[in-house]
Amino acid sequence: MTTTKTATAIAATGLRKSFGDHLVLDGIDLDVEAGTIFALLGPNGAGKTTVVRILSTLITADGGTIRVAGHDLARDPDAVRAAIGVTGQFSAVDNLLTGEENLILIADLGHLSRRQGRHRAAELLDQFDLVEAATKLAATYSGGMRRRLDLAMTLVGDPGIIFLDEPTAGLDPRGRRTMWQIIRDLVAGGVTVFLTTQYLEEADHLADRIALLDHGKVVAEGTAEELKRLVPGGHIRLQFATATGLESAARTLDGEVSRNDDELTLQVPSDGSARSLRAVLDRLDGESATVEKLSLHTPDLDEVFLALTGQPRTETERKV
Amino acid sequence: MTSLSYAVSDSVTMLRRNLKHTLRYPTIAVAVAGIPIFFLLLFVYVFGGALGTAVAGLSSGSTNYVDYVLPGLVVMTAATGSMGTATSVCIDMTEGIIARFRTMAIFRPSILIGRVIASMIQTMASMALLLGVALLMGFRPTANLGEWIAAIGLLVMLTFALTWLAVAFGLAAKTVDAASNLPFPFILLPFVGSGIVPTDSMSVGVRWFAAYQPFTPIIETLRGLLMGTPIANNALISVAWCAGITLIGYIWSRKEFARDRTR
Repeated sequence: MTTTKTATAIAATGLRKSFGDHLVLDGIDLDVEAGTIFALLGPNGAGKTTVVRILSTLITADGGTIRVAGHDLARDPDAVRAAIGVTGQFSAVDNLLTGEENLILIADLGHLSRRQGRHRAAELLDQFDLVEAATKLAATYSGGMRRRLDLAMTLVGDPGIIFLDEPTAGLDPRGRRTMWQIIRDLVAGGVTVFLTTQYLEEADHLADRIALLDHGKVVAEGTAEELKRLVPGGHIRLQFATATGLESAARTLDGEVSRNDDELTLQVPSDGSARSLRAVLDRLDGESATVEKLSLHTPDLDEVFLALTGQPRTETERKV
Repeated sequence: MTSLSYAVSDSVTMLRRNLKHTLRYPTIAVAVAGIPIFFLLLFVYVFGGALGTAVAGLSSGSTNYVDYVLPGLVVMTAATGSMGTATSVCIDMTEGIIARFRTMAIFRPSILIGRVIASMIQTMASMALLLGVALLMGFRPTANLGEWIAAIGLLVMLTFALTWLAVAFGLAAKTVDAASNLPFPFILLPFVGSGIVPTDSMSVGVRWFAAYQPFTPIIETLRGLLMGTPIANNALISVAWCAGITLIGYIWSRKEFARDRTR
């Protein structure tokens, strides 16, 4: 692994890939800062797994340039392989070996000494709560245990960049939380994580930056907050104590407010910024209407997801 | 470490993995060794009485049919071995662990080298087991040390050739069923050759096929080495067949292995 400090862990430009005449990736650009979590979010069939397979040297791109850990992927794939760890969507453990043997197999292939390999295996078994299952065949493991073993195998060689293709797919809520904590701990230790997910909640919780992939194109990229601001639907909700208060406020704010007489509420469109909030309150200040309760609603990623991925293919790339 | 020692150590690691698989999932190994042993018992104890007298005068003069049939069944073991290899390779390729190996900075051919060596050990051990059973049944070879060494050399070449071809089958097949069926005709080849009965007794068309298929010269060479029957130019033809099959299997395997796998 190169220890030179590169601010960029993964840089891809103009990534293209077709399977037969089916265009899977249509020129995507990615830029992942070292030491951060980057989430590639998209519906099934968007091309997420293809991106991971290309970036992890499993398949070759038809076009585009890629640098991973400072190495040109096309020219020096072995240098890239030495710097990365990959946990694919489908379990990559050897079912006919025990958990411990699986880890030692990977240690042997990473050319650790016998002693180092055993030590590293013991350490990871402990870290991933697999000590009791260490001598059982991986075929007997539960889904969550298998996923933990899979990730432990990825970490044997202390890779600086880790690819996780849908790391929590098929896990129960507890297993998912455990996996999230593991991922956070990894990044705290300086590792760069590139993950794909179709769970918006997951990207929202974990990722420093999110790219939304649809039909082989990145349709939006940014932090979770930035993405949420991309779509309309954010509003300020004002709750009034009396119908007269509601009436006078509605008159003052006239325009695009939507009012609910039963609940005595008004919804005022807002981009969620402090300025828009102050503007609304300033206008109400002179009125007799007292706002009893105020809440700010920003669209969640689900809305962003639907709004941005439901578009026809001609949608041009939007960058924040 | 140098890249050569990496190549060796990675291949040894893969070999160890494959041998562990054989021990933990013995179904394939049992079939590889069991099918020829089953045919040995069937042909000697069921058909042997009738076949033995018909065959005896024609070749070595031995009156025990096991002396005639063993070389053909040893060759059949190479075929059942290739069936096991194709199946194992295909199963392995559908496992995610191979994808993991491909994302690691290892000596890539070690995946196939480890497989080929493990398969050869498995097939040769099955041949030894078959020979042991035959000896218990009264098989009495006349070979001297030199002939034994030549016979083992021939079997190594044959096993090597069919193993590489089987690796290619396993890599090329889309399903495990297809992979295990592809080498199946090889198991039948000793029957339509000189494995069970001499080809002279067969109808004209079959006799023509038997004369030109690869297993007949190999069986004749092996029989000559073990039992002292005439070999003539069969040895040379056998070596040529083995070399040709090895080359095809190796080149095909390499091509299939390098292919982008998207499943």
